[in-house]
Amino acid sequence: MWIYEKKLEYPVRVDTCNPTLAAMILEQFGGADGELSAGIRYLTQRWTMPTGQAKGILTDIGTEELAHWEIIGTIVYKLVKDAPINKIKGTPFEANYANRGKALFPQNAAGVPWTATFIQSKEDPIANLYEDMAAEQKARATYENLIKLSDDPGVNEALRFLREREVVHFQRFGETLEIIKDYQNRKKHY
Amino acid sequence: MDKKQLKLLNELMEIGFSLVETNLYLDTHPTDERALRLHNTLSAQYQELEMMYTDLYGPLKATSMSQFPWRYIEEPWPWDIEYCGCNY
Repeated sequence: MWIYEKKLEYPVRVDTCNPTLAAMILEQFGGADGELSAGIRYLTQRWTMPTGQAKGILTDIGTEELAHWEIIGTIVYKLVKDAPINKIKGTPFEANYANRGKALFPQNAAGVPWTATFIQSKEDPIANLYEDMAAEQKARATYENLIKLSDDPGVNEALRFLREREVVHFQRFGETLEIIKDYQNRKKHY
Repeated sequence: MDKKQLKLLNELMEIGFSLVETNLYLDTHPTDERALRLHNTLSAQYQELEMMYTDLYGPLKATSMSQFPWRYIEEPWPWDIEYCGCNY
């Protein structure tokens, strides 16, 4: 089970009102390589993992991804919460506003809703871990694009933090892959 | 949120994040004694600070004790807090 902790993993500071940037950052809220995909992917892959170590890392990284999803939602919300209607008109956030005002929805920067087809889950642990490592790299690349698009210093600090977490997760999944390979080789030889 | 509360929350968030790091590291390095010692030290600090925070400002987790009335639902929620770099 999960227990919510009433705090963010990182203190999100937003210095500007910027609905366009908010719409772009939705890419990591409900996009294919976003935090929701990451969390659901890892938590879903856990059941058939062969070792306690692999079950643990997927549980803990999956849980951290949900904390990142909360950080991204907070950035988006803070970028639009004080926006008057004339600062929303003509921006890519206008379509979101037409439907639901300033409420959040798991969709990507182009407004495509999140779907489970963004993720995969295999009984084969090697296939899962390669997918997970690729996912971390794709998310890192997305963060680098977003950092280039953003000129909000506070948002950039949070995005840099999240980018670094992708690098750490890639490292941990890589270590898990080696541990699983050793485990499978040991099993074959006797 | 007043400065004193924000300062305590920031400290808790820092130690909480350090625990995320030691947690993930230990998942792939379970026999690293030095890392485990660090994790245990941080864990003790976190528990102490969380208890202090909860006493003053109410529960961060729904499993914690609360004064009357139930303080867990008090504002602000995490996404409504103004974290500015100048609070330290």
